[in-house]
Amino acid sequence: MTGTVAENRIVRPYGDTTGDGMVQMSFTLPVPHDKRAEGAALQLAAKMGLDPAMLVHAKAMGPDFTFFVVYGRVTHLVDLSAVQVHEREYPLLSPKEANNAIKRTLRRKLVVLGACIGTDAHTVGIDAILNIKGFAGEKGLEYYREIKVVNLGAQVLVPDLVAASRAEKADAVLVSQVVTQRDAHLRNTREMSAAFRESYPSDKRPLLVVGGPRFDETATVGLGVDRIFGRGTTPGEVASYLVHALAERRAPS
Amino acid sequence: MPRSAPPDRKLDLDAATVRRARALARQAGRPLVRLARTHTTVSVERAVLRMAGITGADPDGIPWANRLVDAVREEVGLEHGVALPVWDAMRRGRHGDLTELAQKASTGGAQLRIPEGRDAQAAGAAARRQVAGGIATIDRRRREREGMLRRIGDAPRQPWIYLIVATGDIHEDIPQAQAAARGGADVIAVIRSTGQSLLDYVPEGATREGYAGTYATQENFRLMRAALDDVSRELGRYVRLTNYASGLCMPEIATLAGLERLDMMLNDSMYGILFRDINPIRTFVDQRFSRQVHARAGIIINTGEDNYLTTADAVEEAHTVTVSQLLNEYFAKEAGLEDWQLGLGHAFEINPEVPDSFRLELAHAMLARELFPKAPLKWMPPTKHMTGDVFRGYLLDGFFNLVGAMTGQGILLVGMMTEAVVTPFLSDRDLALQNVRYVLDAAGNLHEDFHPRPGGFIQTRAHQVLDEAVALLQRIVDEPGQGALLDAIADGTFGLMKRPPDKGKGYDGVVRQADGYYNPATELLEGIKR
Repeated sequence: MTGTVAENRIVRPYGDTTGDGMVQMSFTLPVPHDKRAEGAALQLAAKMGLDPAMLVHAKAMGPDFTFFVVYGRVTHLVDLSAVQVHEREYPLLSPKEANNAIKRTLRRKLVVLGACIGTDAHTVGIDAILNIKGFAGEKGLEYYREIKVVNLGAQVLVPDLVAASRAEKADAVLVSQVVTQRDAHLRNTREMSAAFRESYPSDKRPLLVVGGPRFDETATVGLGVDRIFGRGTTPGEVASYLVHALAERRAPS
Repeated sequence: MPRSAPPDRKLDLDAATVRRARALARQAGRPLVRLARTHTTVSVERAVLRMAGITGADPDGIPWANRLVDAVREEVGLEHGVALPVWDAMRRGRHGDLTELAQKASTGGAQLRIPEGRDAQAAGAAARRQVAGGIATIDRRRREREGMLRRIGDAPRQPWIYLIVATGDIHEDIPQAQAAARGGADVIAVIRSTGQSLLDYVPEGATREGYAGTYATQENFRLMRAALDDVSRELGRYVRLTNYASGLCMPEIATLAGLERLDMMLNDSMYGILFRDINPIRTFVDQRFSRQVHARAGIIINTGEDNYLTTADAVEEAHTVTVSQLLNEYFAKEAGLEDWQLGLGHAFEINPEVPDSFRLELAHAMLARELFPKAPLKWMPPTKHMTGDVFRGYLLDGFFNLVGAMTGQGILLVGMMTEAVVTPFLSDRDLALQNVRYVLDAAGNLHEDFHPRPGGFIQTRAHQVLDEAVALLQRIVDEPGQGALLDAIADGTFGLMKRPPDKGKGYDGVVRQADGYYNPATELLEGIKR
């Protein structure tokens, strides 16, 4: 049986029999519950490719909304050979895995320095990544036993950032940029990366990471940084990246 | 706010151990109360001005309260408080009101000074009169609530069902909140925009854009309370409104909540320090003032113990919840809050894969219930072990509701099966309320029949957690240095975070009081006669 599954490039959802194509879904329509509402739910199901569709549950939620549960056979096929997976360049680690990896590769705490630079006073981004409170249900980097976080806060001057990086022997410098007026985020980032290149030999320079909602994640070379994170990045992604990148750096030597 | 039935003593807790736990909490907290009495902060001083009626903001959106406090600080320092220099200037100059004075002061045209002798007495008396006007409004709001509870009626039972709305737009929040109330919610909480806790000012006006929440502003408070008053009359039960007195503007937000008749406020003694890296001294000074306001306004506070369990293991660290509850109780009572105002927090966060996880949850919830028999405990749903499998999450929420029903919780935050997936759909909220209603209707009186076996698993576990809590409190009290709890916070005793007293956000807004410091609000709230 396993052989046929591997060879079978076309699959359908599985309810209780191979090939039955059965799925379930639930949704709400902004209409009062009556016969017409139920008809509307079946129309939506049909347009989504359910044929036949069974309306198994409909319930009024207040005077203006109706909630539906629908079961049905989807007419769509899934072509496994056409599935595209976007590979992240690093594996996602849990905090525990990240801590263990740091212990193994660094044999000391990983030091992360964070700041908003320039006139930017929006620390929401850097705080979401660093504060233990975290973001999107994930704890911030402070939560990681093996990461030492130094958060310099807002409106940090680039020379101060470099000095702090030296004083703390930072492994990575995280900079958040929210304000994009006249491309301030790009200018600030270039100024920052240039300052680090000037004051560190290239093999000793900390990882430079910037984040913010308006960055192009592929622009690392132009901005002189190691990694760019965009909107919606979680602390776990940043931690996983840092572990991966630092391990890779050490590997050649 | 009488509870339906006083909880029986089911855990056979040792009365001497309970007394000892309270005595240690007092010992740990007392140095911080001393600190709070001898310091002030920019936010406490701004709250004084807000009580006296200052409103509005400059064209950049910076409130006049901030502008005036900044001007006082720059010209004469904050060591004496804002009241004396501000009302001295009001007496000497021709300023229509505080807002006008703030406008002049922000351009250096107010000629502030620290008055002395008779001038100081006159300025103090004028300040006290004007602040008393604000406190009279807070008193009126409290009587208004009490009157509505009598006339319209209260929630039909406890636990009160607590639901969150958070669209970012106050005009979207309002219909959602009204729909939630119609669906059965007794308490509506409007979550704040991400990052508001770190703003050192309170935004102005009705706001339509927030990130993952809606800004707490006086106008937003007013709009939402008015909308809930309408729906309260429609439903024949008073629907309570909750917001957050936390972060850098705790005292001001507490004041605005009192002025606009909010009913409950999140207000934890250590949350900002541990989870937001706010300076510890700033937090304790701000917190004491905000709790004095809450006490006066008849507001129920909700503490944040659930947060510890989202970072630490809910079994191993269960006793830290108890320790925090005891500390929150001490600080709250010292500030004048009564038992019925203490919504002490705890949460259903044990990993469901742990054997006997439900029995452990029951033991922990019963311990909180019996340690604080008169407090309306706030019971928080699972978040950490909600995986995105919404079906399993719905079952977990059902078990959470069952513990709530069996242990006489006062406030039950409704768990969403889409926790950690999306902001709840309308249907998620409806399903979650059905879950709560089913469990409360089916098992609401189960506590009458439920008596854990003497010396059995549940009793033993509760005793163990209490003993561990006492041991931790003892360690805190034994810390070298004079600050006990402050030193423990600096050492990372709580939630792994090391938070030294001279670090963290908002430290630059802390000022040691000079001789002759005067704060009419504190004086009035503490009932000191002149």
